[in-house]
Amino acid sequence: MNTTATTLIANPVAGTAALPGLQAIAMTGGKVTDYNHRETVGRITVDNPKMVCREVNVFYGEKHAIKKVSLDIASEEVIAFIGPSGCGKSTLLRCLNRMNDTIADCRVTGELTIDGINIYDKEMDVVQLRARVGMVFQKPNPFPKSIYENIAYGPRIHGLTRSKAELDDLVMHSLERAALVDEVREQLDQPGTSLSGGQQQRLCIARAISVNPEVILMDEPCSALDPISTAKIEELIDELRENYSIVIVTHSMQQAARVSQRVAYFHLGDLIEVGETEQIFRNPQHILTEDYITGRFG
Amino acid sequence: MTISGEEHTVKRYDKELGHLRGLVLEMGGLAESQINRAIKALDGEDVTLAREVIALDHDVNALEVKADETCVNIIALRQPMGSDLRLVMSLSKTVTDLERIGDEAEKIARMVVHLYDTNATPPDNRLLRDVFNMGRIAAAMLRDCLDTLARMNVDKALDITQADVSLDKELESALRHLITYMIEDPRTIGHAIEVTAMLKALERVGDHCKNIAEYVIFYVKGKDIRHRGIAELTHETAEPAQEARE
Repeated sequence: MNTTATTLIANPVAGTAALPGLQAIAMTGGKVTDYNHRETVGRITVDNPKMVCREVNVFYGEKHAIKKVSLDIASEEVIAFIGPSGCGKSTLLRCLNRMNDTIADCRVTGELTIDGINIYDKEMDVVQLRARVGMVFQKPNPFPKSIYENIAYGPRIHGLTRSKAELDDLVMHSLERAALVDEVREQLDQPGTSLSGGQQQRLCIARAISVNPEVILMDEPCSALDPISTAKIEELIDELRENYSIVIVTHSMQQAARVSQRVAYFHLGDLIEVGETEQIFRNPQHILTEDYITGRFG
Repeated sequence: MTISGEEHTVKRYDKELGHLRGLVLEMGGLAESQINRAIKALDGEDVTLAREVIALDHDVNALEVKADETCVNIIALRQPMGSDLRLVMSLSKTVTDLERIGDEAEKIARMVVHLYDTNATPPDNRLLRDVFNMGRIAAAMLRDCLDTLARMNVDKALDITQADVSLDKELESALRHLITYMIEDPRTIGHAIEVTAMLKALERVGDHCKNIAEYVIFYVKGKDIRHRGIAELTHETAEPAQEARE
């Protein structure tokens, strides 16, 4: 960051002596170039919010895992949470359908709402909340049941259908929405675990959408999949966004760039920057975001 | 803009970007030397030097191919993001403009060969005066432009976009002079047409410098300022840091 930094120019040219290296070109009148600036940069609000987080703090015992994070999740958008390991992105994701409730010493403060209703309210039925805010995990986790039962289970316990025929329709419709129906139409009674990894993940997505959620949370949904299965899931995410809000946590910046419309960058529990995906990857406004997306992070 | 002073975690990536910058600056150095030598050849009526300038164009072209290949490889293998993406895109476009600057130098050099490698009467010095004048301005612009590119200096880049406006004015006035000479003595028309081509080539050098300055601004600021007025640019690139937390 100073002019004495090692020059990276392989072929200094006569007549342009003392070329500065890439490091020396630092910090020429930027936006946020202070590494200690922890306030969120960018617009945290949206015009059509589905879920709203305000000053959310999460503690695991003494550890302050999420620090005063405020962010809107819009209706019908894909928002990607990115950041290095331990930055809090999965923690915040898990707050959105209270998956953190099961962790003994986890404490959540601040305001988290869906359609204006506080999801941490004592009156909130967590089972109902998780039907509205579905989740897909990193590792495909189908129930040890048939493909049909994997999907029929949720609608049945939530009483979403009145007859076997309706349930059949719902199962087929969910499989169709998850772009899996053609591959499993003849084997609905086979165990879900007999499918390939990519198919299992799409089965989990079909299961999540079978209960007609409004928000789908995805925690690294493609990290265990090959590129072709990944592409199928990404195509699916793109189609699903017409009807749902999707929050995706991913370590793949390329994936965030491909599937999301907005990106939120987290670092050590702070929401550092949020913005439209193009802006974040073309011209981030915070030096920490820049360092992360360009591969300069510590 | 936010351009980091940190190195990439993958050191080879830094080396590749540094190599690309090196190629582009080397190419700029060659193009600059081509322009300077073409003017010098004209001044000294030096046909040998003019032929050297023409030959040098091959080297510039070869560097263009190499730099382009490096850009494509970086995009394919590194998927650059943020300032790295802007750097690669800017340099990739810079390469095209530098190659064209080389072409303009070659044009002038060919004209020198054409004018002085024959038994025909060489042009009157009065006709050439504006060529030297514009040559000086264009060469200075190119030097500043390469310096700006090496240092990625936005203020200097804005100066260059303004210098281009004055070079365009020089061309207008030079053309007026030529018209006067042609009216006074129609025998100068043949040479005046050739001089016009040289003036035009120098004016194009200024345009290419301006383009490169705009790429520098795009790299540093993340803003595409092409085809916009100077007042607007100066205002925008000087805008204060803006951050919103609503």
